[in-house]
Amino acid sequence: MKRRNFIQQVSAGTALATLGSLGLSSFTTTTTKKITILHTNDVHSHIDAFGPEDGRNANKGGVARRASLIESIRNKNPNTLLLDAGDIFQGTPYFNYYGGELEFKLMSKLKYDAATIGNHDFDNGIDGLYAQLEHAKFQFVSANYDFSNTIMDTHTKPYKIFKKDGLIIGVFGLGIELNGLVDPTMYKETKYLDPIEIAQDMSRILKTEIHCDLIICLSHLGYNYRKNPNKVSDLKLAGATKDIDLIIGGHTHTFLSKPTIVKNIEGKNMLVNQVGCYGINLGKIDFYFDSGKNISANGTSIVV
Amino acid sequence: MRLTHLIFLLYFFNLLGCKHPKLELTKIEGKQIPITDTLSADPDIESYIKPYRDNIKKDLDSVLAYSVNTFSKSDGKLNTAIGNFMADAIYSEANPIFKNRTGKNIDMVLLNHGGIRSVLPKGNVTKRTAYQLMPFENSIVVVALKGKQVDNLVHYLIKEKRAHPISKLKLTINENDKIVEAKIKGKDIEANKTYYVTTNDYLYNGGDNMSFFKTNDSLYVLNYKIRSALIDHFKKVDTINPVTDDRFVQIN
Repeated sequence: MKRRNFIQQVSAGTALATLGSLGLSSFTTTTTKKITILHTNDVHSHIDAFGPEDGRNANKGGVARRASLIESIRNKNPNTLLLDAGDIFQGTPYFNYYGGELEFKLMSKLKYDAATIGNHDFDNGIDGLYAQLEHAKFQFVSANYDFSNTIMDTHTKPYKIFKKDGLIIGVFGLGIELNGLVDPTMYKETKYLDPIEIAQDMSRILKTEIHCDLIICLSHLGYNYRKNPNKVSDLKLAGATKDIDLIIGGHTHTFLSKPTIVKNIEGKNMLVNQVGCYGINLGKIDFYFDSGKNISANGTSIVV
Repeated sequence: MRLTHLIFLLYFFNLLGCKHPKLELTKIEGKQIPITDTLSADPDIESYIKPYRDNIKKDLDSVLAYSVNTFSKSDGKLNTAIGNFMADAIYSEANPIFKNRTGKNIDMVLLNHGGIRSVLPKGNVTKRTAYQLMPFENSIVVVALKGKQVDNLVHYLIKEKRAHPISKLKLTINENDKIVEAKIKGKDIEANKTYYVTTNDYLYNGGDNMSFFKTNDSLYVLNYKIRSALIDHFKKVDTINPVTDDRFVQIN
């Protein structure tokens, strides 16, 4: 990090020297960097768009349309990450016929950067998930599934670090409790670890050891359980942790009119978002980083 | 020469006196973009998907059987032609597998009325028909129930008065909802006998309030989807022409 800062300063200085300016006042100007996070969840094998007869989803969704939208956003800002919060599998004959092969191949073509694992991604068993991994050219992140006694061992990471425009972005994954939701013969010896404890560990590592500028949690825990307030959810997770800037959720197929601003355990505002299901929407969160006089005394402003 | 030196000197001081400006997160903007038909489809992605789609379509639409009429789950009160067809099909496809594994026969089948997800339309029957009838991934399970627990099942059916698909169970009630006849494979239900009741994993786990499965002696998971059994059955029969019969009726 420090070495890269130095290189940046030297090249800036060189440019000034070439211009013949003394550049004494150059540091009063400001730098702005923008990171764009795009996200989906619970696409459930919905590769084709819904047809005109499909009720409230009529003419919505479709991977090929999503691809052109993502490309146009990347053209505007190359410092973009594309993430998915799980339940990639199950929902159309594409999954029944090809076991998730096409889903992973298309996500790779769309250049997804990372995804976490949803309960339905075990629908062909943990072996069925493993069998399709060769088609996924993106990283699976899962911090609270211990796969060490399973075939998935070493094929997921708790988190992945991305560097964009000199900024460090840490993305970690969390999955829902499988017991009671998925047949044990499907997930075999996958161990579920407490997501809140794991998230506290992850945010500490990503913030204090790796010095991330941005920390994102990809969660398949579910947005909120009003009838079961003790069940861990994205809103509960947000309020019980610190240093997480964004939780991208899934599982509950929650359509939000806008991302939810939540106070974390330190009382700082952060965002929880989820974009329904079936590839009907794409979430887009832009993070602006500033130096110098643009930094306001009030901290981060959130516009949703 | 001297001017260049001066520039470098000044630049050097500059470096010392001014640290790299620390970047801070100052603003977050969040929104959701709907994927609609106003977006153009990426032609590369579209052509990549096409062979998969065509292959599925060809397989889904290949003709397996013929249905002489359109059958709907709303065609009868306590039993329907489509429900009878489905429950009988599950019996005939699952029983050989169960017998092969356990040496025992299935005694009866119970599915749920809500689990019939479409009509069985008149004309060619294909795999697509099976996906429409049963889009879910539910699998067949066989539950060992004592006769007393089968009584709970029977009372559930009487209380519900819906045309839940049944096979090999015959139930007749009078106008006061009292049992006139309750037989499995033509014999009276014995309180202490064990019956092998076939259903799906959703209902076994209490779906549609079918709480009586939870008191089972043992559970046999066949790893056989309801939909797969329907497809296998469609392949074996030429013509589908089920009828509403007397397997569950109310008499005056």
